[in-house]
Amino acid sequence: MSAVDVLVIGGGNAALCAAIAASREGARVLVLEASNAFWRGGNTRHTRNMRCAHDQATEILTGPYFEDEFFEDLLRVTNGQTDETLARHMIHESKEMLTWIAEQGVRWQPSLGGTLSLGRTNAFFLGGGRAMLNALYATAERLGVEIRYEAEVTDIEIDDGMFLSATIGSTAERIEARSLVAAAGGFESNIEWLKRYWGDAADNFIIRGTSNNKGTILKLLLDNGVQEVGDPTQCHAVAIDARAPKYDGGIITRLDCVVFGIVVNKNAQRFYDEGEDIWPKRYAIWGRLVAAQPDQIAYIVFDASSLTLFMPSLYPPIQAPTIGELAQKLGLDPAALQGTVSAFNEAVRPGTFDYKILDDCRTDGLTPPKSHWARRIETGPFYAYPVRPGITFTYLGTRVNKDARMVMADARPAANMFAAGEIMAGNVLGEGYAAGIGMTIGAVFGRIAGREAARNARN
Amino acid sequence: MPAIELAPAQTSGTTAAHASAALAEADRLMTVCNSCRYCEGLCAVFPAMEMRRSFADGDLNYLANLCHSCGACYSDCQFSPPHAFAVNVPRVLAEVRNESYAQYVWPRALAPLFARNGMAIAIAAAVSVAAFLFGFMALNDRAVMFGVQAGEGAFYRLMPHNVMALLFGAAFLYAILAIGLGLRAFRQDIGAPSGMMRDPGDNWQAAQDTASLRYLDGGGAGCMNEDRQPEKDRRKLYHHLTFYGFLLCFSSTSTATLYHYVLAREAPYPWWDLPVVLGTLGGIGLLIGPLGLMRQKAVRDPVMREPSGRSMEAAFTLMLFGLGLTGLVLLPLRATPAMGTLLAIHLGFVFGFFITMPYGKFVHGIYRYAALVRYAQERKALHGTVP
Ligand SMILES: Cc1cc2nc3c(=O)[nH]c(=O)nc-3n(C[C@H](O)[C@H](O)[C@H](O)COP(=O)(O)OP(=O)(O)OC[C@H]3O[C@@H](n4cnc5c(N)ncnc54)[C@H](O)[C@@H]3O)c2cc1C
Ligand code: HEM
Ligand code: SF4
Ligand code: SF4
Repeated sequence: MSAVDVLVIGGGNAALCAAIAASREGARVLVLEASNAFWRGGNTRHTRNMRCAHDQATEILTGPYFEDEFFEDLLRVTNGQTDETLARHMIHESKEMLTWIAEQGVRWQPSLGGTLSLGRTNAFFLGGGRAMLNALYATAERLGVEIRYEAEVTDIEIDDGMFLSATIGSTAERIEARSLVAAAGGFESNIEWLKRYWGDAADNFIIRGTSNNKGTILKLLLDNGVQEVGDPTQCHAVAIDARAPKYDGGIITRLDCVVFGIVVNKNAQRFYDEGEDIWPKRYAIWGRLVAAQPDQIAYIVFDASSLTLFMPSLYPPIQAPTIGELAQKLGLDPAALQGTVSAFNEAVRPGTFDYKILDDCRTDGLTPPKSHWARRIETGPFYAYPVRPGITFTYLGTRVNKDARMVMADARPAANMFAAGEIMAGNVLGEGYAAGIGMTIGAVFGRIAGREAARNARN
Repeated sequence: MPAIELAPAQTSGTTAAHASAALAEADRLMTVCNSCRYCEGLCAVFPAMEMRRSFADGDLNYLANLCHSCGACYSDCQFSPPHAFAVNVPRVLAEVRNESYAQYVWPRALAPLFARNGMAIAIAAAVSVAAFLFGFMALNDRAVMFGVQAGEGAFYRLMPHNVMALLFGAAFLYAILAIGLGLRAFRQDIGAPSGMMRDPGDNWQAAQDTASLRYLDGGGAGCMNEDRQPEKDRRKLYHHLTFYGFLLCFSSTSTATLYHYVLAREAPYPWWDLPVVLGTLGGIGLLIGPLGLMRQKAVRDPVMREPSGRSMEAAFTLMLFGLGLTGLVLLPLRATPAMGTLLAIHLGFVFGFFITMPYGKFVHGIYRYAALVRYAQERKALHGTVP
């Protein structure tokens, strides 16, 4: 008889919600986290908010967000690539998360005078994701959950859908438990694995979050007969400042200025409509767009008239008095960039600029077009940000049912294995993304997984 | 190969020239924070930061004096050390804040007093206490100094009331003047309009934020200490005891002065009379409050502490404790032969406190209050209301 009822692998939102829920069901819980205490909770420590359905405005949310609207948003962003039963279940459960998460000691930020564009749909953690995690850890510890850091699991013993034990790599210690919750993230930190689908281009990817989500657990589970879900090339990827560190640059390397200028590749050529739609609806396509460019690099070019229209950036824009000098600083062919900017400027039609709506400032006869917010780039100094694909997290995962129980390749439910968070995000997210849904997936399925794993351990 | 460096660059600030390394680092941090803003719900510093895109020294001094050093934004930050971005806002703003006190001091020649402030305050206090002791002994008969004095005017047999009033009045007026000029320097430095301190609404808002220490609690979660259990933090309580204790002592003295000149009633007053009640309550606050604050300081996570301010903080806190202690001891022993000596020591502490007010940690309250007034003003200009 093992000393542990529920073994949780991982230390982020999904893992801690599972550990707390299992502990509240009376289970003895052990959490194994690969990182040390500072880096605990891999990607969760970089988050800021969570999308939750709710029927009326609250102190923290500016208006109602009904279950149906949430589901329609999900259908739209995923192009229908979602498991409707699971998704609807998650959305229904998300309503209770607003109170459940707060009961675990997490504080929500009161809505601040309309400064946040997601103020109606998303609840913000006071102090951000690390504050949220600190509260969850404190609660888990108070409940008697044992937490071990620097305890990366490198092997799992599974017999016909039945979890037997996990091995901690550094100490070779084997840990048995009556049930397992796998909450160890996706495989976004594993460049070699990314290369299987992206080739050498993946060398130029920047990982926005943790370096610890290498997909070890995901791979072990899939190799042991758990059913795979999701397209391995699908992930959340945005264009971020190319000067960012390889890992853990976090939210602050993002750039919100694509719509104000033009974006060129290393040949100084444009490659996509920068003004296709409002930025919150389009920001998540730019990671893939840049990934498809030579050397996976691009440059957002704009002029002095736009400099203060977007949130200040971490790294300053590169600046020059003329387009030619700017090209030189960027290492681009000055004549080519000059040509691209001139062609763009000539194609700009007169209109009334308003970046808050789909305005009528567009280009005419240009390929690709810029459909909105097209203004001539003519007032020096000129500016540029170099950008690279920034990978947030991957979608390939383990299939689960409504109880967060893993489903085996032959469609049988696993005997005692549950999954939550990124590691099963592909069940809900076939493609695309809606801000704040990563945390919803982790918290909702984490709570369910913990509860079910504890019940499973009792029987 | 592009000409720009695409390696993980150390981040930089918005402004090239800064008066000190601490200010340069604060600029770098505010640039990181302004592209993040996760902490905007914690206190006034981050919303004030968001109203700016670049950070000159005056902006940073303003933000530093808005910061209450609660520590929440350190433990909540995903980029705090050992992350390469090394964000430690409480510590760097404390350093900037400490430096700013010396920058605003009047007269400027006394700025070095902030460099080894603990020593300076200790010497001032000791000299002041000694001067009162020796003065009392030199000017009074042995029988008066070490005898039992009772009844109305007992104190003034040792030091005539008019002399006392003149001496302390002059010291207090000097302190007010020096602090006022320091405040003006602060106001100019942060780029606020000359009428900044005169708007009643802004002052009312700042007074509420001060009286409740609204921002000394990490947005409601509490201050972060070594035990990582902010809900157990008691800094706010101890500061309230100190702050209100001080105000009570001050009002006790003011009431006594009014009694003397308006009602022609001379101290010592009976234990149930207003000056004694106010003074006793205030004295108790000044005993428990500073001790508690020192205890809280001891359990604070050392990474958030700024060592350069240590002696200044200790000197100020101990001085307040000394004020309370010497006053409270005087009360039960005022009808004994020890009264003369105890009175001299207490008056020495009070005098020492007055003359060092502009040259020590006392000014934290002044600049913090002024920063809160400025914040109220900025919020109003931006949103039409204060949250
Ligand atoms: C910069 C950034 C900002 C984001 N902002 C938001 C946001 O505002 N809202 C939102 O909803 N989503 C956001 N996301 C996405 C969100 O972070 C994830 O969806 C969510 O945190 C996933 O939670 P998780 O618990 O599944 O994974 P994680 O939080 O990444 O936790 C996984 C944990 O598993 C551990 N681990 C991995 N392998 C092993 C192993 N072999 N053994 C032991 N432990 C292991 C890791 O150390 C890590 O702690 C953001 C992501 C990034 C990168
Ligand atoms: C006017 C508004 C005031 C505000 C907003 C304020 C705020 C604060 C804050 C936030 C701290 C802790 C952070 C730090 O170390 O700097 C502090 C410390 C302290 N305050 Fe105040 N204060 C005010 C006035 C006063 C007054 C009038 C007194 C007493 C006369 C006082 C006594 C103290 C003491 C003793 C400390 C501890 C010193 C230390 O160890 O750092 N404060 N104050
Ligand atoms: S302290 Fe850290 S988390 Fe807070 S705003 Fe600054 S960078 Fe962001
Ligand atoms: S230490 Fe507290 S008051 Fe100071 S900036 Fe951070 S959160 Fe604000």
